[in-house]
Amino acid sequence: MRKPLLAVPFASLFLFSFASAQAPPAPVTNLEAKDTPNDRGEQVDLSWTVSPDENRAANPVIGYQILAAPAPDSPFVPTGTASAGSKQATAKDGLKNGKPYYFKARAYAMDSSFAESEVAGPAVPKGQWWNTKPNYTRIFIGMVFLVGAILYNILRAKKKELYIRPIAGINAIDEGIGRATEMGRPILFVCGLGAASDAATIAAFSVLGRVAQKVAQYQSKLIVPSYDPIVFPICQDVVKGAYINAGRPEAYSDKDVFFVVQDQFPYVAAVNGIMLREKPATNFYLGKFFAESLILAETGFQAGSIQIAGTDELIQMAFFIVACDFTLIGEELFAASAYLSKEPEQVGSIKGQDWGKVVFASLTILGVISVFLESKIHFFSLFKKLFVAE
Amino acid sequence: MPEMVSITIAGFLTLGIMSFVYKDNPIYKFCESVFIGVSAGFWFVSIFYQSLLPQLTDKIGLTGELADSALAYYRQSSSLASAQWFNLIAAALGIMMLMRLLPKIGWISRWPLAFVIGSIAGLRLIGELQTNIITQIKESILPLWAPQYVDGSLNLAASVGQSLTNIVLVAGILTGVIYFFFSKEHKGVFGGAAKVGIWFLMVTFGAAFGLTVMSRMSLLIGRIDFLLRDWLHWLG
Repeated sequence: MRKPLLAVPFASLFLFSFASAQAPPAPVTNLEAKDTPNDRGEQVDLSWTVSPDENRAANPVIGYQILAAPAPDSPFVPTGTASAGSKQATAKDGLKNGKPYYFKARAYAMDSSFAESEVAGPAVPKGQWWNTKPNYTRIFIGMVFLVGAILYNILRAKKKELYIRPIAGINAIDEGIGRATEMGRPILFVCGLGAASDAATIAAFSVLGRVAQKVAQYQSKLIVPSYDPIVFPICQDVVKGAYINAGRPEAYSDKDVFFVVQDQFPYVAAVNGIMLREKPATNFYLGKFFAESLILAETGFQAGSIQIAGTDELIQMAFFIVACDFTLIGEELFAASAYLSKEPEQVGSIKGQDWGKVVFASLTILGVISVFLESKIHFFSLFKKLFVAE
Repeated sequence: MPEMVSITIAGFLTLGIMSFVYKDNPIYKFCESVFIGVSAGFWFVSIFYQSLLPQLTDKIGLTGELADSALAYYRQSSSLASAQWFNLIAAALGIMMLMRLLPKIGWISRWPLAFVIGSIAGLRLIGELQTNIITQIKESILPLWAPQYVDGSLNLAASVGQSLTNIVLVAGILTGVIYFFFSKEHKGVFGGAAKVGIWFLMVTFGAAFGLTVMSRMSLLIGRIDFLLRDWLHWLG
């Protein structure tokens, strides 16, 4: 009676073993390895002919794994993966410049069985100093022009005063400080939620310096709650420096320039609380702002403060325009910083960027004309090829 | 039961923060303090475990293991690979930042600040040129007459529509650039073009304002839904 019962599992095992023997997929073929062009190195491009078992019904190939080794007889370790259907991949994990590597591609089937390709290589990853893609050449030319224009204008600004047109809202800065002094109430300065390296935050530092100096002269009070832990010490240094320049270093207090928290809405809750408790006469919102812009500006309005804002965040400008008394739109914030400080570096930067805008507008106009006239006038055909085509 | 407690606390805190709409009050002050304190604590722990440990101590071998077998294999020949040295430099810069706490050598903290701002500004220059200038110029070069064909024949209405779109786009970009030109006073034809530019900007701001207000409404509805459905069970 026991023999038939034992026969069933043995037969199943036999059938399973037979099926498994069919499972390993065919490997990829024609595996080629060559250094990735236009990169910093440490990468090798691989290409192959896919396994013919990608589309088979039973146990198809579901992906590839790239393996690398410094010699054909060294142990191969994984350096990348590719999904089924891919004919190429980039090996980048653990490769070093100037060293030769050998590669294998492993085709994996659904049941985790795999087949390895022939060894390809050696390929030596190398970094290139020059990216030959046309787009990068254009970026390089643009960078050289823009940096050159800015440096030249900085030199000009050091020799003579350069004209920058008046910007609405700049005069309001002094008015806001005067108002706070008359009312005997503090000034609140928010540098936004941006990092210290954001252009808007850097511009905010410059205006903060100006505001702090005036506040020190008028013997008023300045409150600067910071969001970013890197922005915070810079704000402290800027305000402290301004108080020293104004000849009142003793009036500076670290307690007025403080770090709150690096989390958007808790920060907003804290600043809102300050607005309602300290009742600042003037609020400055200069820098990078996000969803908190309207909440801050509305609370400031409720507290009866004069509000001056400036940001380069497109969406938030709309909220500031609605809820603040004066708004510096986008690049006006950077120009305001230069206008107020009159520093040659900042004025020269604005002038250099203006030159860039002239080139930008000229290229756009020439481009639009070239779309019309490229077949008629060779210049426009050449222009389109140089500036528009990939 | 624990879930009910946490939902009740969340409900009270939500109402406490919303009470700000009425005026500043002790409940709001309490909720504000809880919000800030919890956030500060959470971020400290989060940065410690998600940034400091994996990015520094794990990589220089003080904690954790080199999880990546490939990296482990290629580093076995050298005690400290180049990538790890970079992490030590970052650690040194971080320690220099803490020098602010010592007034006599506080000036040292300015060096890492200068390094961070200078290097990131330099790196971003390329990205800004690529996305905001080169790509912008390419996307702005549009035909002012853009014929649209359907089954090989000219569709006049679609052609006029597309051409007007292109004209508005090119005009908006050029007049916008003129508005942000600071080297010349806005007078005469130049001033007129700048005025057109600011009109384009204001229309854009209006559209952005409307769009964002609608998304804020959905946030408010979500919060009221939480109060009425999850907390009070007034909604099914």
